[in-house]
Amino acid sequence: MVDKLNDDIGEEKRLQLWEMMLKLRLVEKKAYDLFLQNLIKGTSHLALGQEAIAGAFGVALKQGDYTFCTYRGHAHTLARGSSIEGVLGELMGRQCGLMKGKGGSMHLTDVDKGVMGSYAIIGAHLTIANGTALASKYNKTNEVSVCFFGDGTTNIGAFHEALNMAKIWNLPIVFVCENNLYMEYTPIHEVTAVEHPAADRAGAYDLDKIIVDGNDADEMLRTAEKAISKAREGKGPSLIEAKTYRHSGHSRADPGKYRPDEEVKDWMENKDPIKNYRAKLLDFNVNEKIICEIEEKIKDQVEKATEISMASPIPEIKEIYTDVWANGGSEWHN
Amino acid sequence: MAQLTYRASVSLAIAQSMRKDQKVFFIGEDVGAAGGVFKATVGLLEEFGKERVMDAPISEQAILGAAMGAAMTGLRPIAEIMFSDFLAVCWDIVANQIAKTRYMSDGQINIPLVIRTANGGGSKFGAQHSQSLENWSMMIPGLKVVAPSCPSDVLGLMDSAVKDPDPVIFYEHKSLYAFKEEIEQTDISIPIGEANTLHEGKDITIIGLALMAQRAKEAALILKDKHDINAKVIDLRSLVPLDLQTIKKSVIETGHVLTVEENPRLCGWGAEISSLISEHCFINLKGPVTRVTTPHVPLPSADILEDNTIPSVELIVNEVIKKLKGE
Ligand SMILES: Cc1ncc(C[n+]2csc(CCOP(=O)(O)OP(=O)(O)O)c2C)c(N)n1
Ligand SMILES: [Mg+2]
Repeated sequence: MVDKLNDDIGEEKRLQLWEMMLKLRLVEKKAYDLFLQNLIKGTSHLALGQEAIAGAFGVALKQGDYTFCTYRGHAHTLARGSSIEGVLGELMGRQCGLMKGKGGSMHLTDVDKGVMGSYAIIGAHLTIANGTALASKYNKTNEVSVCFFGDGTTNIGAFHEALNMAKIWNLPIVFVCENNLYMEYTPIHEVTAVEHPAADRAGAYDLDKIIVDGNDADEMLRTAEKAISKAREGKGPSLIEAKTYRHSGHSRADPGKYRPDEEVKDWMENKDPIKNYRAKLLDFNVNEKIICEIEEKIKDQVEKATEISMASPIPEIKEIYTDVWANGGSEWHN
Repeated sequence: MAQLTYRASVSLAIAQSMRKDQKVFFIGEDVGAAGGVFKATVGLLEEFGKERVMDAPISEQAILGAAMGAAMTGLRPIAEIMFSDFLAVCWDIVANQIAKTRYMSDGQINIPLVIRTANGGGSKFGAQHSQSLENWSMMIPGLKVVAPSCPSDVLGLMDSAVKDPDPVIFYEHKSLYAFKEEIEQTDISIPIGEANTLHEGKDITIIGLALMAQRAKEAALILKDKHDINAKVIDLRSLVPLDLQTIKKSVIETGHVLTVEENPRLCGWGAEISSLISEHCFINLKGPVTRVTTPHVPLPSADILEDNTIPSVELIVNEVIKKLKGE
């Protein structure tokens, strides 16, 4: 039951969150379409079904805050306000891409928006996110760093090193484990000593055990806001485990056949964060016309951005030799 | 004029950089209160306090990750990896993250940090605490690789490394920590990428790095005194960027080249230099470029074994005589 009388979130923020999640969903769907048309090469890992997590943090964070995400990071990048053509253009290897084709789908970076990179080696970015948090503390500024990762990541050493360090240094950081129940293909419970891969380890680093329904956008927003405030007030790190599910396979190459049909069906039909949030908005008496207008607006934005990306030139060959070094070049001898 | 050890020059170099720039901080295991396992960072905690001299847990990935993240946002960390061998446990952060993030981000992110580490043999510590690993980092695009051979180079190159806008791996040689030098001026800067000539000569070019550069110089003194051979000894000081011009100039004069490397043979830095010389100076060569290296074995521990594994002064002398006199 929703408590409409004590609504701590309010219509304005809910619509903002709705718009955000919808954008993440429709861009991912578009990315998938572009694959099928062979306009996107390489690999890509969609966050379809997990939009409430990136979306909630996108709404809760302030400009100047830092985010770090994984190869499954299109949504997390868009959630910070990066342009759709910047993301799609990068996936398509065009000049309008965020990194002009030098990074690709797994490495989306947009420093102006606080997107400090997307990381494709499991675990590394937890340690790096500590560094931006350390810098905020060192400089006595009050930005917060947020680091997203998957359930599988809790079994690599860097996860444990990073949590310990964040705690002993009392860093302004929020670690967000998106537990989508699977690594690439292996169910996480088959290879993990504890039931809740992140939350059950929190105690080892003197952190609170926080488990949240990552597909309930309101709950996600509340949890995000609380952890971010804690970090901003100098009260140290948090580790959040958000339960969720990916609608598609691990990556482009994966049809996801290792998952039981009923499980997939249940998550798609009953626990889809977007479908459920739309119903919730109506339940909170939001005018359906407004909801539809937002839907149209986002569809339109995605189409326009797709056109821009498709019209954008491919990178020049000389780009291969730029930006290894801070002087812009790649020379290694005189 | 003061006599300074290589060891003392390390802490002085760090201190000078920290005094100059508030954005510089230092992090490592046992570096603060203990002053470092090689006592190369004594006094830093006392002068700069815990905020800027941070004792870290045994978490090499987390140390370098934190340094990287801090550098991304404009700080200038100096991070210590106690033994260069331990780079293997954080190689992802070095080779995948620190080295490549600038490029992958299309130049959005700069990573101005220094990783300093105790490198090389001579201490009989065995195969996991004595390796010479400069070539590991040399082969990764995006890393600058520095290896000073004397206290003044430690001072001058550290100053440049900290100011450098790119990541620098700073290999200190364990067997040089006790090396002494008379130093007039300690606050100096030496550009990264300029080789140094340790001995002049026109008969042969000997190219070395760190301890091997010092051994090559000793060999050159013997060659001159006892064998009437004048060897030019080039101390590369950095592998990336590489001072190819200085090498070329000397090779054109001498026509003979010997590299002296502490790394095991395969893919040692001398192989790249040899390749560059054959590309750039082929017509100047009077014979093949030859290499003296540690043989392709893990480093053994016993005195006699280690001493016969790492290139010695005698070995260098003999190699040069063999090359020039065919003996
Ligand atoms: C160090 C490392 N090991 C293995 C891989 C290959 N790999 C890529 S994604 C992945 C699964 C990660 O699972 P999880 O952390 O749950 O994230 P999810 O993909 O579910 O979002 C693996 C094993 C990798 N990228 N890095
Ligand atoms: Mg997972």
